[in-house]
Amino acid sequence: MEFLLSSAIGLLTAAGVYLVLRARTWPVVLGLALLSYATNLFLFATGRLVLNQPPVISASAAGYTDPLPQALVLTAIVISFGMTAVIVVMALRSFFENGSDHVDGKAEDAA
Amino acid sequence: MSLALIVILPFLGAALPALLIRAGRNACTTGTLATSLLAFLLLLTHAPAVFRGEVLQARWEWIPQLGLNVNFFLDGLGFFFAGLILGIGLLIIVYARFYLSKEDPMGSFYSYLLLFQGAMVGVVLSDNILLLVIFWELTSLSSFLLIGYWKHLPAGRQGARMALTVTGAGGLAMIAGMLILGNIAGSYDLSTILQHKEAIQASPLYLPALLLILAGCFTKSAQFPFHFWLPHAMAAPTPVSAYLHSATMVKAGLFLMARLWPVLAGTDEWFYLVASTGLVTMLIGAWIALFKDDLKGLLAYSTVSHLGLVTFLLGLGSPLAAVAAVFHILNHATFKAALFMNAGIVDHETGTRDIRQLGGLMTLMPIAGTLATIAAASMAGLPLLNGFLSKEMMLEQAALTSWLGLPWLVPLLATLAATFSVAYSFRYIVHVYFGKPAGETPRHPHDPPFGMWGPPALLVVLVVLIGLFPASVAGPLVATVAGAVIGGPLPDYHLAIWHGLTPALGMSAIAVASGLLLLAGYARLRGLWSAGPHPEAKAVFDASVGAAVRLAQALTHGLHNGSLQRHLAFAIGSAVVVGFTAFAMASHAPGARPLLPATPVAIVAWLLLLGATGALLALHRRRLLSLVVVGVIGMVVSLAFVYLSAPDLALTQISVEVVTVILMLLALNFLPKETPLESSCGRRLRDGLLAALAGIGVGGAAWAMTTRDAATLSGYYLEESVPGGGGTNVVNVILVDFRGFDTFGEIIVLGIAALTIYALLDGATRGAVGRRLAAWAPDQARAADRHPLLLVVATRVMLPLALLVGAFIFLRGHNVPGGGFIAGLVVAIALIMQYMASGHGWAAVRMKVDYHALIGIGVLTAAATGVVAWLADHPFLTSAFGHFHLPLVGEFELASAMAFDTGVFLTVVGAVMLALANLSRIGVLADAPPPQDGPMEPDLSAPRHGDH
Repeated sequence: MEFLLSSAIGLLTAAGVYLVLRARTWPVVLGLALLSYATNLFLFATGRLVLNQPPVISASAAGYTDPLPQALVLTAIVISFGMTAVIVVMALRSFFENGSDHVDGKAEDAA
Repeated sequence: MSLALIVILPFLGAALPALLIRAGRNACTTGTLATSLLAFLLLLTHAPAVFRGEVLQARWEWIPQLGLNVNFFLDGLGFFFAGLILGIGLLIIVYARFYLSKEDPMGSFYSYLLLFQGAMVGVVLSDNILLLVIFWELTSLSSFLLIGYWKHLPAGRQGARMALTVTGAGGLAMIAGMLILGNIAGSYDLSTILQHKEAIQASPLYLPALLLILAGCFTKSAQFPFHFWLPHAMAAPTPVSAYLHSATMVKAGLFLMARLWPVLAGTDEWFYLVASTGLVTMLIGAWIALFKDDLKGLLAYSTVSHLGLVTFLLGLGSPLAAVAAVFHILNHATFKAALFMNAGIVDHETGTRDIRQLGGLMTLMPIAGTLATIAAASMAGLPLLNGFLSKEMMLEQAALTSWLGLPWLVPLLATLAATFSVAYSFRYIVHVYFGKPAGETPRHPHDPPFGMWGPPALLVVLVVLIGLFPASVAGPLVATVAGAVIGGPLPDYHLAIWHGLTPALGMSAIAVASGLLLLAGYARLRGLWSAGPHPEAKAVFDASVGAAVRLAQALTHGLHNGSLQRHLAFAIGSAVVVGFTAFAMASHAPGARPLLPATPVAIVAWLLLLGATGALLALHRRRLLSLVVVGVIGMVVSLAFVYLSAPDLALTQISVEVVTVILMLLALNFLPKETPLESSCGRRLRDGLLAALAGIGVGGAAWAMTTRDAATLSGYYLEESVPGGGGTNVVNVILVDFRGFDTFGEIIVLGIAALTIYALLDGATRGAVGRRLAAWAPDQARAADRHPLLLVVATRVMLPLALLVGAFIFLRGHNVPGGGFIAGLVVAIALIMQYMASGHGWAAVRMKVDYHALIGIGVLTAAATGVVAWLADHPFLTSAFGHFHLPLVGEFELASAMAFDTGVFLTVVGAVMLALANLSRIGVLADAPPPQDGPMEPDLSAPRHGDH
């Protein structure tokens, strides 16, 4: 299980980095989304992987996983949404201004 | 307390002149004067205690963990310098009132002056060397403002920059030196450090600390080879030169050397570094001063020379020399400030400071001329004036000093410096006030108003009084100050005019005679000087600054030439290199944590993620498809959270996923639907390699981490969640209670993000962009039925249900998965569905909520919950909860964290809705028919993706 998660984090990071390095805004946005997934999963994994022990206190629970990384990741998910939204809108505005969706705002034929 | 007040008063008062200038220049001056005077009087109230030999202290803790405390102490040395700074400051304030012209902004001048004054007083009264360093840097900054006061003069700006660069660099070195010193002594408190002479001088770090601290002192006090900034700083208004460059700032270096004299002085290193630098500076400064035609330039180099003299005396390391140093600091401050003000008077009255254009002014300006003659004679070291006494003491010390086994070298050089000093002092008198007028000056000179000659006159009176009755006028002060410098019993010395026929008297006589001879043959000497080489320090300085700037530019532009791709590649590449280097340099052992088995479900999900990510890489050019694939990845991530005991995260992830996809769809409406293929093969290969390395690194780190156990502090949260936070859902309790302050910050960030989006989109509706947008035509075929009936009906029926679900998730959040974040997202989705199904127009009319206000109310609600805790005398955001009983409903629990969660909920709803609603508003604008009378705009929807 640990291998599955670690390799998934690695793959998401690699795909995210590759997309972030593209020349158009859309793949960069997608790349950032993938990097957010990878980062959130990584943060989450700092609490180690535990099955069927959610951090909800009850008399019948056998044990609890680490709640702290979950709290951190919860806000991180919401904040990365905020960041993605800002980037998307920036890409949109840049496209309106320049008539091109190149990340450096170049004119179409100069790209 | 009153000690700290002396330091704080000028800082507080700095606001006064800026405000009072509206009431006129006199009110402005009075306010400044009153501030300084109050501080000066406060200082004087401590005089009796200081003269009794007491050391007054005032201490507050600031950052005790760093050893940085607000500790002040007042002993003889601090009293002396604070007195100089505040006393001469008073005279300068009066003088500046008459010196500054109507066009000069006087309010800011006095504000800068008081800031500088406060910083200087802080330096000399600090008992903590870290605090001292802070004030030291403040003097550099405030003097920068003062030197560059005439912003319209390039010379002023350049001089200010040069002064800041040189003294700032020295200050940085000094910070390092001070840290070493404090480390050796085990305390950053000066009064403690001064007790550890043996430990400090025996430490192997003594020499580095000494070099670094001296770098700070030498740059500040313009010692060779850092002397070049001081003459350039003379572009400042004369009151600034008189204040900073005669009495105060340049003395800060001397002050620090005197302050640390008990622990640093007395070694060979100290002697050769400090005494040699002082001697060379004294000689070179006096020599150059002789050939300066600008009155202030002459005085500037003379100041360099006299600072060198004091440095030399301190460097000798003997108690007698320290007494002489203290005495000369006092004497120099009196005659040099008087002379600077005199140079200002000449400049003010004649319109020029060039000695070659001046002459015979004595008959026109008898008062100024007399004052200048006395002060300059004191500078030359003529008997019956105070300059004579301390110069005599210096020569006496020099006569006793042997340098590297050469007993004649130091006396010879000291006499030579004294000779030049006599020559330039007399040049100031003879070439300005006597002889024939050299020609017509720009203005017809006459004596200035009393406000301008009064302050220097007061100083000249002191010059004469100290010169005639040294023991009674200056004796007690010198004894107290020297006692504080030496930190032990005073040596046997006499402040007197006549000491008998000593070698020093002989050296003095030789110096005066040969100095006058030099002046008599000045024309020939001048020819000799003009023929010699003149290394121009400013050119060297400018060249080195230019080289540094070019290097920085080359580096910056090489790494970041404006291309985001290049910038990111370097950033990611550096991270990869750093990560793998760290990995290669450490030892490795496999983790010992027992692994979880990979169940078939998990493997299927993993394969799905692999496939989706691969598909995304292959399909990312087709943008709509790529969005679908990203959705799949998001789903798998949510599943992972469910599977790995994180139900809250799964709920959040899945609702964020929905909102993100809606948002990107709305944006994609305008953006091109395909990405052109434009990177070269090599570029793609490079990026692929970088991506693979980054992925391997991060994946490997995750593997290493998850296969090892680690200590966690979560036990506390699990135990305290129910008794302390009143909820069984620990994640939610952490969010709204234990770490509520973090969450408070997060919702503020979210609100700011939403407002940014609003600003970006709102701006797009106006101006050229707005016209372009209005002319936009959809690049895809529109559905015939924009608002399908089925969707409209379904969303409207769903709305109350969705809102109910949101309320349910919100209410239960404290105890089972749910809470404000998730509920906010769910409600936002329900609302945005109305916009999508029924159109922006229909929904906007019915949504009567202002989303900006919603964000504000949310943040304020959360803040108010925190503030209520204050009212109950608890820290910000302390929560309370209780169990209540209602008829019919039964037992239920109410926690104050619920109110906080309401704030979170409102902010999330407001932020998401503000972003999405505005995106869809743009869509409506773009769909409106284009204005007919507008200018022609390029058609963005024309085919653009040619055959790249």
